Amino acid sequence: MSYSPPPASRQASDLGTTEPRDNGPKDNGPKDNEPKESGFLWLRSLEAIVLPIAALLVALLIFGGFCALAGADPIGVYRSIYKAAFGSWSAWQNTLIRASPLMLTALCTLLPARLGLVIIGNEGALVMGGLGAVLVGLGLGDALPAGLGQMTMAIAGMVFGGAWIMLAGALRHYRGVNETISSLLLNYIAIAFLKHLVEGPLRDANFVTKPSSAELDPTLWLGTLPGTRIHFGLLYGLIICILAYILIQRTTFGFATRVTGSNIRAAKIAGLPVGKLTLAICFLGGSAAGLAGMIEVAAVQKRINESLVSNYGYAGILVAFVSRQNPLATILVAILLGGILASGGILQRSHNLPDATVLVFQGIVFLCVLFSDSLYGKIPYLRSTTR
Amino acid sequence: MSPFLTLLIGILAGTLRGSAPFLFVSLGECITEKSGKINLGLEGTLLMGAMSAYGVSYLSAPTVGEFWAPWLGVAAAGISGMLLGVIHGWLSQQRRVNDVATGIAMIILGSGLAFFLGKPFIQPQAPQLLTFDLGGWSDSSQVQSTLRISPLFLIGVAIAPFLHWLFRSTRWGLYIRAVGDSPQAALAMGISPFKVRMLSIMAGSFLAGIGGACLSLYYPGVWTERISSGQGLMAVALVIFARWNPIQCLWASLLFGGTQAIGPAFQSIGIDSYYYLFNVAPYVLTLLIMIITCSPKKTLAGSPGALGMENED
Repeated sequence: MSYSPPPASRQASDLGTTEPRDNGPKDNGPKDNEPKESGFLWLRSLEAIVLPIAALLVALLIFGGFCALAGADPIGVYRSIYKAAFGSWSAWQNTLIRASPLMLTALCTLLPARLGLVIIGNEGALVMGGLGAVLVGLGLGDALPAGLGQMTMAIAGMVFGGAWIMLAGALRHYRGVNETISSLLLNYIAIAFLKHLVEGPLRDANFVTKPSSAELDPTLWLGTLPGTRIHFGLLYGLIICILAYILIQRTTFGFATRVTGSNIRAAKIAGLPVGKLTLAICFLGGSAAGLAGMIEVAAVQKRINESLVSNYGYAGILVAFVSRQNPLATILVAILLGGILASGGILQRSHNLPDATVLVFQGIVFLCVLFSDSLYGKIPYLRSTTR
Repeated sequence: MSPFLTLLIGILAGTLRGSAPFLFVSLGECITEKSGKINLGLEGTLLMGAMSAYGVSYLSAPTVGEFWAPWLGVAAAGISGMLLGVIHGWLSQQRRVNDVATGIAMIILGSGLAFFLGKPFIQPQAPQLLTFDLGGWSDSSQVQSTLRISPLFLIGVAIAPFLHWLFRSTRWGLYIRAVGDSPQAALAMGISPFKVRMLSIMAGSFLAGIGGACLSLYYPGVWTERISSGQGLMAVALVIFARWNPIQCLWASLLFGGTQAIGPAFQSIGIDSYYYLFNVAPYVLTLLIMIITCSPKKTLAGSPGALGMENED
């Protein structure tokens, strides 16, 4: 049997990358089924907009069918989702409150993905970020003026979350450990660590509702935007997403990252510091999720307990994939998914659908978007018309 | 009985009870990866299997009786797992689609479906699989409950050497290995990589679904949304540790089952201040094992050659 050995840079543990890390030469040149003329570049970008939207619509259709099977009226379900997500200013506020952590946790998958790594430790990084922020916040008390204290907490959260994901990156680089599996295991470890701390050393005996830490000093609470219920976390999310876009598209660091992501061998030959890039991008991704943890703690809970683990991390993975690793698209997708999450309650109340309905919908969207990837360059109308 | 002995028996009991799901999922993942694809979605398959087994066992008990109902549940678990496998097998082989990303999507879909459909079954008590009570010779109730062994565990133990034989000595095993090592070569031999991989993924998901039935119909023997807590993913790591060898999957599953039992065993002798940290032992063990066995420089021995490669256009 003829046996072709895998390329040297491939390992058994190198089980997956969102983008081809090691393209053969055939993938780089234009192909027969892709437009050759550069004038049709805009068609390609059109494709990048049309296909995800089509995938979302198809997902909505499939979801409607699923709801019909479950005995709910699909049109009514669509209407309820729209009303609960974007139907009124109050609904918009609910949506935006949920969108801000999603923007940040999505970056935890998105940034390493640009380097060709599949990190899914978002939930763990969020938890560690929340923990770091609370530990520092409880230590600070009211010692610092409000703004400075919050800043210190945010930095602590980012460092904790960043270090957590950097661990997965380091294991990948130095030991060849598959980063998808290690980052996922780190989620469970972080959550167990949180449970241990809030039921043991950090527990506030006066708070009886559920095991929690003591309350943060009011100077450390994150306020709301004037006239709304939306906390400042939304601004953080928007700013960080825009910064991430600039970092990836407009800086040398971003360029080096993208080069490594599309062809790691070429990057190594060109002398790019792949190891340092891996650690740095993992740190940045983790710190975004860590910041989300800090925001949840400082703006919503005001103390830390198990409710910090509320699936924002896992939903962030979906946001990263649907936005096709583009931090600006992430903002839109996060708002969309935030709306869907916000409608979970109403689906339960008015359509008698279990709360897991939202999870099923996320799964369907994810699969449809992945399938739409296989259609690039295959849709006749989106291809060069003058061949 | 001395606390130390209680602790040891507790860990042994936990090993016998808790390793069955690891065993089934890792054997399933072993078939899948031998064919050159990875299926991270087995975590979702495990949940779906646990839910279907429990639900079918509960619903069919009035008609087919307490003895056969759980076995119907086991069959339902395997079939529901296989259906999820069809989705994964088809989607992960499309051009430009990555099997790891598909797996993550399948975790979300599988757990979503399991929670959605399983909502009505959280309260009621479904009939459980009957067990072989091998501890009748002992007076100690702890020993007796330890040696109450599930037939599913024994089936899993039998499947491991069977798979080993299948891979080594049969035509089908050769097909799977050929496709896993080099799809181009397999294609040249007249084997369809798509079909072989599809069947391998379906078979793997079938086994993983049965792994779920072990959870809900034997130990812990309930259906809750937290029943699997990452066991499906640990099993994926376990296959790397076992170097894609079914027999070693068996030993590794016992090791993981044992590690999982450390927390509850310590709790049973009254040491519970570090309960959550002890419970994290399996995850830490998985990480440590991966750190020790993986290497940044060379391909692991036994690894299928085409694992993690892009799909052909």
